[in-house]
Order: sequence, then structure tokens, then C-alpha cells
Amino acid sequence: MHSWGKFVFTGMGLGLLIGITLSMAGIYRGMVDDAKVLLDNSGADLWVVQKDTLGPYAESSSLYDDIWRGIRGMPGVERAANITYLTMQVGKQDGDVRAMVTGVTPGEPGTPGWPPYLVAGRQITRSHYEAVADIASGFKLGDRIQIRRNHYTIVGLTRRMVSSNGDPMVFIPLKDAQEAQFLKDNDAIREQRRRTAENPAFNRPGVPGLLDAVIASQSTNPYVNAVLVRVEPGHAPEEIAESIRRWKRLTVYTRSQMEEILVGKLIATSARQIFMFLVILSIVSSAIVAFIIYTLTLGKIREIAVLKLIGTKNRTIVGLIMQQSIALGLIGFVVGKISATLLMAPIFPKYVLLQPLDSVMGFIAVVMICVLSSIIAIRAALRVDPAEAIGG
Amino acid sequence: MTAKGIRIQGLKKRYGSGDTAVDALKTVDMRVAPGEVVGLIGPSGSGKTTLLKCLGAVIEPTAGKMILGDDVIYDDGWKVKDLRALRRDRIGFVFQAPYLIPFLDVTDNVALLPMLAGMPNAEARMRAIELFKALDVEHRAKAMPSQLSGGEQQRVAIARGLVNHPPVILADEPTAPLDSERALAVIRILNDMAKKFETAIIVVTHDEKIIPTFKRIYHIRDGVTYEEEGEGRGFE
Repeated sequence: MHSWGKFVFTGMGLGLLIGITLSMAGIYRGMVDDAKVLLDNSGADLWVVQKDTLGPYAESSSLYDDIWRGIRGMPGVERAANITYLTMQVGKQDGDVRAMVTGVTPGEPGTPGWPPYLVAGRQITRSHYEAVADIASGFKLGDRIQIRRNHYTIVGLTRRMVSSNGDPMVFIPLKDAQEAQFLKDNDAIREQRRRTAENPAFNRPGVPGLLDAVIASQSTNPYVNAVLVRVEPGHAPEEIAESIRRWKRLTVYTRSQMEEILVGKLIATSARQIFMFLVILSIVSSAIVAFIIYTLTLGKIREIAVLKLIGTKNRTIVGLIMQQSIALGLIGFVVGKISATLLMAPIFPKYVLLQPLDSVMGFIAVVMICVLSSIIAIRAALRVDPAEAIGG
Repeated sequence: MTAKGIRIQGLKKRYGSGDTAVDALKTVDMRVAPGEVVGLIGPSGSGKTTLLKCLGAVIEPTAGKMILGDDVIYDDGWKVKDLRALRRDRIGFVFQAPYLIPFLDVTDNVALLPMLAGMPNAEARMRAIELFKALDVEHRAKAMPSQLSGGEQQRVAIARGLVNHPPVILADEPTAPLDSERALAVIRILNDMAKKFETAIIVVTHDEKIIPTFKRIYHIRDGVTYEEEGEGRGFE
């Protein structure tokens, strides 16, 4: 039957739309998962940041790099470690990669902020010019990468260490990262020194060494973005956080608060965009299903008239049209699920997390859309006069 | 099964009212006995389709009387409340084209009617298969309508018309798209089925190939029927 071909091809076209819809949902889930993974892999229970900021992921945050010592000494704190984050283009011989460069405190595996596991190579053991990169960056062991003015050797590879935007992370020693955040080019440094030397407040004839001291202070970066804190077992993170807030006068976030910032604020706009896409795709899908079912129904007016003439109840005719509509949705869903899983997710540049629950909800939505979309066709069918079956 | 065929007395049908009224049927008198196949012949605009629609209980006549079996179904007004059930259970239809449901297989197309009447699924399908045997399409019982030839589809459509064992079957140009051989085969089947199930069959036709096969013919012209003896050739 020629309309079967039209039916199946429409189902496949609808399937590709459904595939895009499922992928969009998967992208949102992937973003949420990336945010959770970022928090999980940091190995921290608390994030200490600049007062009244939402740092370090959603806003910039700046803390002196010796604050961690005072926090480490507080009761209930197991470990505390400085951390810096800088999203930038990391250079390689054949181009560059957008990555989140993370400065981690020297220590040993398990230190907050360190990648918790490697898939190849080793952790950073030297104080300078070594890096561990997420495998999604495309870097390989032994690759030489450029961050600002310095070159680093990739000594280890990790997996699923990404920023909340999905950028792969590159871990380097903290001092190097502080320099990368702060260090200017030589011309700028020379200009800054000239300006400082011309300032009579810093270059007093009677105070030898003042100018050198000022210039030295301008050439170093004593700041980090946050202090990651791990709480000793048996202590409540919220109590430790309250203690830090009270005595150190800093802003502290627990794991759940930080998750709320990342999911509820940082990716909220993206989530709304994705939701709008989902709405638009749902409307387009509905229109397609409604149009094709309506067209198919109009093509079967005589058969419907015959059905009515031979005594078929309206609800049976409604059921037949709905069956047709749901069958179209089923074909579309199967094609969509397969295309999202096998075709779209693997090639998408962002992490696409297809969850079974989303598929179930997607399936229910498809069935509901198909049922609603068949209403126009059902109305047309119910208006058919059985007398149309008789005569020419 | 009711075994008294169909009788129509003084049936009239008027469309519209006042100056614009049209009398599509002026006086229609017909009688078709169980097991009999009669032809209904007339030029375009003579009232054939209107008569068929009245007999099929899809439009209401203006006056007259229709008796189906032992039951008066129309006497200056419908005497049956549920016309849908009347059409389903007591009137069979065969059309110019088969109009089978494309996404149901052949058996389901036929079994649908008794199932709609409340017959259990298995019994309805069995009844359909029995008809397929009589109509020599049993081997196509599992096929989809699109897999059947035109002749096979028409035989399945006849099976659909017969499946509820109605006392009357209305056949609207059932041989129009068929060549002579197949047209005569369809008429032969209708005659056989009429005898086998004691069904009264009215065949509306323009088809000159099959007109000589009727023993009795009703001519309709300007809404009035005239009875005529037919040749009855080939089915003695």
C-alpha cells in the first residue's frame, strides 16, 4: 500500500526530531552531570571563597594563598588545599584547546583538587611544568602544551574531569597556575616598573629599598580562587562551614549549596534554552503528526464512511485513528532513541547523558503528543456522513 | 435469520421544501424474496442512489413503508431506534470498490462486523473463514488487502456483506470496475450466496454485461419503479 511508505518515512522523519529532542535532554543531563562530577572529583566537602561571592565556578573569587593554614588548624578539618581555576585556550603545536586550567597544591594523590584517578601516566611530582590532562582534551602522554609563556609536559591522563561547561581540565602545579593567572608580558612588566619608579611615593631618595620592595610585590600573585576543605569523618560539614564563616569571615559553601549554585545558577540559562528547544521541537513534532494523520484520514474518507455505514461505532473509528497515530509515534520513538544513542550522542561535542527515565518520559510525551495530534483527524472522521459510502 | 426478504411499499423521498422541493423518489414499490437477486437499473438522476440510501437506513424517507423480514422498519417514520445496529446486523453492503480497511488483515476486515455486534473474537473469525471457504478465498485469509487481486478483494467485500447473515444485501455497482468474466463471476457468487444464506440481494447496476443474468429487474425512472421480467441467463 503506497500510504505505508509515506507512513513509515514520516515516522522516520519524526524519529530524527525525537532523536534531537532526546539529545537535547541528554545535553542538559550531561551539563548537570558535568557539574556534579566537577564537585565529586574535587574531593572537597566545603568550598571556602571570597566573602559574598558565588566563587569559584560561578563568579570570580580571590583569597590570599595562606588562608588555608588557619582553616587547616580548625577542629574537624582533615585537609585544606588551595586551588585556582582559569578557563583559557591551551596551546599545542597543531592548534589550541579550550580547557579549564586548574592549579593544585603540591602533595600526594587524594589531596583536595587533585584528579582522583588516572587512565594513563602518573600524577604531577615536580613543582613546575608538568601537567595532567583530561583525555577529552585530545592531549597524549608526552605532549608539550603551552599555558601563557610556559611549556608543560603531559605526564598523566584522567577521565571525566571537566568544567561545568564541559571543557576538559588540565592540572598544573599551583605556583605555575598563580603565575598563569597573573603574569604579564615583558613589555607590560617593564612599563609597570617604569611607572612605579616615576611615582615619588614609591621612589623616595631617603628610603632605599622601598622601590625594590614595591616592584617585588607587584611581580608575585599571592591569591588563589578557593580553599577546598575536607572534613574529618564524624563531623558535620555544615558545622565546620559555620565555624569558618564566623571566625575567618569568609563565605563557605557545602556540597549541596555548591551544587545548587552550579545547577541552579550557572547552567540555568542553558537549561532554559534547552527547555525552549524541547518545547519548540515538541510543537513541531505535534504539527507533523497532526498533519500526516489528518492527511491519511482525509485519504480514507470513503473507508470511514463504509465503516460508519456498516455500523461501526464512533469510538471504534476514533480508536483506529489513534492506533495509527500512536503507531507513528512508536516508529518515531524507536528511530529517535536509536539515532540519539548511536548517532547523535557519540559525535556531539558536549557530554550527552541519556538516562532511562528521560527515555520513559520522552516515550510518554510522544504518546500524549500523538494522541492530542490525532484530534483534528478524529474530528474530520466523525463528520463523515455514512451516506458518502453509497453512490458515485 | 429472518427469511422474508424485503418489501417496500409507496416509498417517497423529498429533498427540500416549498418551491425548491425535489421529489427524488415518487413511488417506489419493490419486493425481493429470500434467495433472490434482483437488478435495479436506471439512468443517472433517476433516484437509484437515494433509494439505496433509504434502504440502507442512512437517510430517512419522506413517506411509505419498508418491511425487513417480519419487521416493519419504516412506516412514515423509523420504527427502529438504533439505525446503526439495524445496518450492522440486518443489512449487508457491497460497494463498487471493496473499501477494505488497509491495516487490518483480510480475516479481521470481515470479522470486524460480528465483533462489533458483540460476537466473541474467535467465533467471528471462524465465521469469516467459513465464508472465505464458500467464496474460494480461504487461502488469502491472513493476507493484507493490498496483497489481494481486485477480484479477491471484491469477494472479501462480499464476505463482509454476508458475515452477519443479513436478510438483505444492497450491492452498489459491484461489477463496475471488473471485466466481463470477473463481473459474471461476482454475480454468480451473489446468486450462490443468496441461495445459501436465503438473503435478498438488490444489485444497483449500469453494467450491461450482467443485466441479462437477473430474473427480475426493477427499472427506476424519475423516482418511480417499474418491475420487469429478466432473462435470468446463466444461473438456472
